[in-house]
Amino acid sequence: MSRFRVEVLVTPRPGLLDPEGGAIHHALASLGYDEVAEVRVGKAIYLEVAADSAAAAAARVEESCRKLLANPVTEDFAVTVRGEA
Amino acid sequence: MRIAVITLPGSNCDQDCHRSVEAAGATAVPVWHREMSLGGADAVIVPGGFAHGDYLRPGAIARFSPIMTPVVEFARSGGLVVGICNGFQILCEAGLLPGALLRNRSLRFQSHDCALRVERSDTPFTSRYREGQVIWMPLAHADGNYYADPGTLEELECEGRVVFRYSDAEGESTEEANPNGSLNGIAGIVNEGGNVLGLMPHPDRAIDLALGWQDGLPLFESLVDSVRQRAPAPVAVAEGRALAGTAR
Amino acid sequence: MSGANGAPRPRPGDPPITPELVEDHGLSPSEYELILDVMGREPTFTELGIFSAMWSEHCGYKNSKRLLRLLPTTAPWVIQGPGENAGVIDIGGGWALAFKMESHNHPSAVEPYQGAATGVGGILRDVFTMGARPVATLNSLHFGDLEMARARYLLEGVVRGVGDYGNCVGIPSMGGEVHFDRGYEENPIVNAMCLGIVRSDELIRGEAEGVGNTVMAVGARTGRDGIHGATFASEELSEGDDEASRPQVQVGDPYTEKLLLEASLELIASGDIVGIQDMGAAGLTSSGAEMAGRSGTGVEMDVARVPVRAEAMTPYEILLSESQERMLVVARAGREEAARRVLEKWELEAATIGQVTDKGTFRVLEDGVPVAEIPALPLTEGCPAYERPGEESKEVRALRAQDISRYGDLSGDDLQAAFLEVVGTPAVASKQWIYEQYDTTVRASSIERPGGSAGLIRIPGTDLGVAASTDCNGRHCYLDPRSGAAGAVVEAARNVACTGATPLAITNCLNFGSPLRADIRHQFREAVLGIRDACAHLETPVTGGNVSFYNETDGKAVYPTPVIGMVGTIADVAKFVGHSFRRPGDAILLLGHNKGELGGSEYLYTLHGVVAGGPPTVDLEAERALTRCLPAMAERRVLSSAHDVATGGLAATLAECCLGRPRTGRPVGASVRLDDALPPAALLFGEDHGRVIVSASPTDEAEVREIAAKHGVPCAPIGTVGEERSSLQIHLRGEFLELPLGTLADRYFGAIPRAMDDEP
Repeated sequence: MSRFRVEVLVTPRPGLLDPEGGAIHHALASLGYDEVAEVRVGKAIYLEVAADSAAAAAARVEESCRKLLANPVTEDFAVTVRGEA
Repeated sequence: MRIAVITLPGSNCDQDCHRSVEAAGATAVPVWHREMSLGGADAVIVPGGFAHGDYLRPGAIARFSPIMTPVVEFARSGGLVVGICNGFQILCEAGLLPGALLRNRSLRFQSHDCALRVERSDTPFTSRYREGQVIWMPLAHADGNYYADPGTLEELECEGRVVFRYSDAEGESTEEANPNGSLNGIAGIVNEGGNVLGLMPHPDRAIDLALGWQDGLPLFESLVDSVRQRAPAPVAVAEGRALAGTAR
Repeated sequence: MSGANGAPRPRPGDPPITPELVEDHGLSPSEYELILDVMGREPTFTELGIFSAMWSEHCGYKNSKRLLRLLPTTAPWVIQGPGENAGVIDIGGGWALAFKMESHNHPSAVEPYQGAATGVGGILRDVFTMGARPVATLNSLHFGDLEMARARYLLEGVVRGVGDYGNCVGIPSMGGEVHFDRGYEENPIVNAMCLGIVRSDELIRGEAEGVGNTVMAVGARTGRDGIHGATFASEELSEGDDEASRPQVQVGDPYTEKLLLEASLELIASGDIVGIQDMGAAGLTSSGAEMAGRSGTGVEMDVARVPVRAEAMTPYEILLSESQERMLVVARAGREEAARRVLEKWELEAATIGQVTDKGTFRVLEDGVPVAEIPALPLTEGCPAYERPGEESKEVRALRAQDISRYGDLSGDDLQAAFLEVVGTPAVASKQWIYEQYDTTVRASSIERPGGSAGLIRIPGTDLGVAASTDCNGRHCYLDPRSGAAGAVVEAARNVACTGATPLAITNCLNFGSPLRADIRHQFREAVLGIRDACAHLETPVTGGNVSFYNETDGKAVYPTPVIGMVGTIADVAKFVGHSFRRPGDAILLLGHNKGELGGSEYLYTLHGVVAGGPPTVDLEAERALTRCLPAMAERRVLSSAHDVATGGLAATLAECCLGRPRTGRPVGASVRLDDALPPAALLFGEDHGRVIVSASPTDEAEVREIAAKHGVPCAPIGTVGEERSSLQIHLRGEFLELPLGTLADRYFGAIPRAMDDEP
């Protein structure tokens, strides 16, 4: 068994109002970053997972996302294995 | 009559709910989150607070507390369950109520009084109110912005499951009266069976005029009335929304 | 190798003790001589670190304790005076009130969110380690002008930090004060106060009693946070320090705090433990040494048994870490397992790290090898005390002597405009934007929430109420620290008395610049004397507090800011008196009389950019009478409202009386006539002490005047409460102002949201 570094990105579902993203967008515009067209704020969760393979680690983390790490009503998630720890 | 008040690590309003239940004439039974049973309680209150620190998302970790298994079973069998503030968030995460509570539109914690319009007086939690009545109570939350997908939202409205809506003093549900950006100004809803209520404002902080308001007390009294009425035999509820099972 | 019984020796890798190293630890050569005396040998590096923390200003009060001894600390109702985690007074019905205030200025200047949050955490722990359940918090915040981006950044972060922490733990905020003045631009003042209640017979103290009892480390793991924070808090910030200081930022975890709170109260109730102490500033060192010092026993602990969250931590680091949400618990011998079960229930980590000894020393081992052994009493009490002479700065003397009389004459439209400007200055304007970010209603006991004169909470299950207020006008203190500090005491007392409660005791937080400067020493001495005089007259003893020096950046010190936290009680909360006018037709009366003292006023600062003149004078006899008269009126239920006159003068008070609360209040107008032969601006904006505006129904007016007369308090009818949706009309000699309620409300409620670019 190896230890894999797994990154989970949890993001608001498309179309969901994201006031925090809106506030950051506004702040960026006021600093002159007019070219920024949209801002969405999510969160990154970093895990170290013992598993037989990268695929097994990813599958296990995806399961945990559906159960706990993301709220299916409002959030999407993406799981990426970043290599061995 | 015994009403269970759940204490999760981080619950803050368990004592307030305890006093509210007793003020309504029932016995409040404190139940620690590691318990595996509700001990024969007649109804359940999931109080406000920051269960498990609200880390990850409010309610996300709390829904996996051991006590939530019997709470979900109790609700599924028709038992009366009320979630207030953090309790509402937990019930949504646990799938007992649809939708989710997002960060307030202001991005800030908000703590102030609010007016609510009572949309239904024929639920087990609101029989002591009048339909259309404007009631006042405090709210205190950072994540009270009710969201549900358009399909769910329409279902809630069509089935009359929005129980409390933010309003102004005259009962108008205006944009200015919506404190947190909740869709349709929703402050409280019931599940399909009509036996699970979740609301963001705090009736448990409005049971005593000395503190400003007494408009929360009828909610607890309605709950007590309902338990009392249901106790002898299974009771059907109006408009075909039958409540499955019997509460003990 | 030395064995477990030998004397400590330097560890491999310890730096040699040189004069430079001693200086780096903030210890003077003479203090080091004293250490050699106490030890009878050269201290190890670890021991030097321990002394440096315990003899820092923060823990050792070396530049303040001589003067602090002058403060009155006793009264029949005082159960615990200064020296414990918190002061305690008897409030009747078998209840005791524990309360304390503390500063977190330096951490908040570096990182406002975490600085303020951890400040709240620390003060809560001080209260619940006495066995008292925290029931309310207050704060005192002073920032630079909101036109400055830094002030807005600090306000935003501090308010969020105070809110997030207290909200999560579930303690309502009951009040406080927020000031804005360029005197605080670099160095904000962030003081937090907590009130807790406990049955008088269930109090416990932070003592390590009982030889053989077990010492446990409980709560969060120890990391390398804020090592030497206690020394850090005792040194001024200098330009460019920001980046280097960042790693010292401590991160608060209010969830763990909530678990610690519940576990501590359960442990205390169980009788399984004899003492409990927060690992606050200087962490394990101060908690261990103080517990040993207070009980006259000794403590021995092994740092290798302390749960850590960083690798290869040295004893020096473990002993001085300021990781938050940790406690030291002394469990009764034989009852450790019972204590451990309570801690496990609350999901808290606990490790046995040592025991109480009879050796009178603070002894530290590392995996059985001694690394420090210091006599406990000299360590906690032996820090040398200094009282170097001070001298008032010439600049301040000149400012105070400045003739400000010409600013008093203002008329017509200018007077009307000035009125609106004063009411709309952030220091006077509504703090709604701030206090609505704090949970003010959790625990369902808030009778009077922030926004009135003082906060008032009810003790659950009783009619008994506890009122509290924090006050300090730094500008007044700058111009005259003695009368300014006395003024803070009497203002706090008036605020408490306005609710109908009787003021009983104070805690304080003395925020000053560097005591190495003669002018700061003068300010400090004068302020302490002012507090002494006022507290003695009002019979409100000092039960504890905190001193925060070195609030300066590059030689620019904050205004001397001795913040007073006053508490009082009312036997029946049904007799509580609110601050705003309630009934049209009620008579408006002024208790006290107008003197037109404009020195140090908000009006001078805002409209003329001037900080000058003598601050308002304090008549202690009159204040004493006033603060006794108000509860007597409340007791007779003859008042409709009572509101203190302070920052912004009569203008601010009358506006607040008319406007009432945001959201649910019903603004009413008023017609007021002031016949005093004083210049108009001095009359409206002077911040003279000793005044309260009350209203009463026409049928009760006579009794109000009677009670005032009996207490020797001047009482004059000055007008009538008007209708809703009308205006505030003020007749002066030769002047008439008419202020529509809508305009007043916009200025008063809109000022801070507008300054924060957050339109209401």
